[in-house]
Amino acid sequence: MTPMATGPVIPDFGTVSPCVRDNGLFCADWFAANWSSVFWPALAQHVRLTVIAVGIGFALAFALALLAHFRRWLVRPLGGLASFLYTIPPLALFTLLVPVTGLSVLTAEIALVAYTLMVLFKSTLAGLAEVPEAVRRAGLGMGLTRREILVRIELPLALPAIVSGLRVATVTTISVVEIAAFIIDQGLGSPIIQGLQSPFNTQFIGAGLLAVALALAADGLIVLAGRLLTPWATMRRSA
Amino acid sequence: MNSAADIVFDEATKTYPGSVRPALDALSLTVPAGEICVLLGSSGCGKTTALTLVNRLTELTGGDIRIDGTSIREQDVIALRRGIGYVIQQAGLFPHLTIAQNIATVPQVLGWPKPRIEDRVRELLELVGLPHGEYGDRYPAQLSGGQQQRVGIARALAADPPIMLMDEPFGALDPVTREHMQDEFLRLHAQVRKTTLFVSHDIDEAVRMGDRIAVLAEGGKLLQYDTPERILHAPADDYVARFVGTDRGLKALTLRRLSDLTLEPYAGGANGTALRADDSLRTALSALLAAGADRLPVTDADGHPVGTVTVDLIREAA
Ligand SMILES: Nc1ncnc2c1ncn2[C@@H]1O[C@H](COP(=O)(O)OP(=O)(O)O)[C@@H](O)[C@H]1O
Ligand SMILES: [Mg+2]
Repeated sequence: MTPMATGPVIPDFGTVSPCVRDNGLFCADWFAANWSSVFWPALAQHVRLTVIAVGIGFALAFALALLAHFRRWLVRPLGGLASFLYTIPPLALFTLLVPVTGLSVLTAEIALVAYTLMVLFKSTLAGLAEVPEAVRRAGLGMGLTRREILVRIELPLALPAIVSGLRVATVTTISVVEIAAFIIDQGLGSPIIQGLQSPFNTQFIGAGLLAVALALAADGLIVLAGRLLTPWATMRRSA
Repeated sequence: MNSAADIVFDEATKTYPGSVRPALDALSLTVPAGEICVLLGSSGCGKTTALTLVNRLTELTGGDIRIDGTSIREQDVIALRRGIGYVIQQAGLFPHLTIAQNIATVPQVLGWPKPRIEDRVRELLELVGLPHGEYGDRYPAQLSGGQQQRVGIARALAADPPIMLMDEPFGALDPVTREHMQDEFLRLHAQVRKTTLFVSHDIDEAVRMGDRIAVLAEGGKLLQYDTPERILHAPADDYVARFVGTDRGLKALTLRRLSDLTLEPYAGGANGTALRADDSLRTALSALLAAGADRLPVTDADGHPVGTVTVDLIREAA
C-alpha cells in the first residue's frame, strides 16, 4: 500500500471527549475537528474524480451512441465492447492498468470512464430509438431533414432515458471511486480504508456516510435537472 | 403556392422489395385542384401506399405522379414535403413540444420571422377551434384525442401548403367525435380549399367527405373513381356494390337534403313532427316511417313552413 498523505489523525487520548476515548461508533466532535483536514479534502477529490469520469464517459458514450444510431450495424459491436468493459471487476481493471499507467489519477479515471460507458451508451441509444413511429413519420412527412429530426425530436425525446442513465452512471461511479483508493490516495475511499485498518470507528463511518450522502445528493440533483429539462415528461392531463 | 394544385396519378405503381405483386397497381386518376378525393378500400389494398407515394415517404417503382404538372420525381424531396400537409391517424404530435410549438415547426424550419409564425399559429388554432390563450402552451398529452387531431390538422396547414394528405385521420376517434371532426373538417375545407387526398376504409365517411371516391381493391387495383352519388347508384361491379353495402340506397339518401326537392305545398300536420329543410332525405324517410305517416310538414331553420314531403317524393328522388 502507498503511504497515506492525509495522515490519519490518531486521537490524542489526553484531551479528547469520552466518545473518542471509548471509540464510539460516530463521534461528531472528532468528525467536526477533522472536517477541514480529512473529510472535506477527501469529499472534494471524490466529487472531482466522479465529475471527470462521468463527464468524459458521457461525452464518449454520447458520441458513440449517435454514431450507432446512424450506422445501425455498429450497435452490436459497440454495445458488446461497452458491456465487456462493464463486466471486469473494478479491482481487476485497476490491476490491469497499473503496469501501463502507474498508480495514477489517470489509471483511476480510465477505469472509471470504462465503467460509465455501458450504461450511458445503452441509455442514450435506447432513448434515441424511443421516438414513437407515428412521431417519426409525422416529422419525416412534414419535410424535416434527418438532422432536424435528430435535433428537434429524437434528442429531446431521448432526454429522460439519458437522465436515468446519468443517474445510474453517477451513483455507480461514486461507489467505484471509493475502490480507487486502493491505487490513489484520493477520495472518500482513503479515510475509509485507513479507518478499516485502524480500530478507530468515526473515521470510516464518517467517510462512508459522506459517500452515501454524496450519492443521494448527486442523484437528487440529476433528477431535478432532468425535471427542469423535460417539463413535458411529468405533465399528464393535469391542466 | 397558396392556391390549390391538382394531383395526377399516372400509372403510379409500387412494388415493395421482396414482393412480387404490386401494392399499388398502375393507378391513374386526377384529383382536381381544391377537391377532396377519398381513397376507399379495405385494409391492405394500398391506400396508405398511394398516399405516401405523393410525399415520397414511399418511392414509386413505376409510373409517375404530377402536382400542377410537375413530376414529384423532379422535386427536392424535402421541399416537396414542406409543400404538402400530412395528417396521420395517431396525429403524431411531438410530445415534448407545446401545441403552439408543434404547429410552428415547419414555419420555423422554413425560416419564417418570429412574429409571422406567432400570428400564423394563433390564426390556425382559432381556425380549428382551440383558442391560443387556452391551448397554445399545453402539451399534447393534455389534450383529448379529437383535440390532438385538430392540432395535427393545424400543424399540417401551417405553411399553407396547396395539398393535404390525410391517412385515416379520424380512425382512432369514437364515433361521435369522428362525425363531429368530419363536419369540422368539411367546414374548414370550405374555407381553405386544399386539394385533399383522404384515406378511409369507411364508406359512410367516404360518402360524407369525398367530392370523389376512388375504390381500391386487393393488390392496389382501382375499381371505380367517381362521385359519391355515382358510386352509390351505379357501382362499377359486384365488388364495389358489396363494399358499398346493401344499404347503399339508404346511404344515397344522406347525400340529398329536403331543400333539394320540389316539395308539395304546406298543408299543416302533426305537431312537433315537422322536418327541417336542411335535413337529409334519409332523416326524412326515417321520420316518415317512425311517424307511420306518408306525408310530413317541412319548415325552415326558423320554423316557418316551407312545404310537405311525401314517401313518394323521396322514392322519386332516390
Ligand atoms: N414498407 C412496406 N414493405 C413491404 N410491404 C408493405 C410495406 N408497406 C405496405 N406493404 C404492403 O403493401 C400492401 C398495401 O399496404 P398499405 O398501403 O399500407 O394498405 P392500406 O393502407 O390500404 O391498409 C399490404 O399488403 C402491405 O402488407
Ligand atoms: Mg393504411
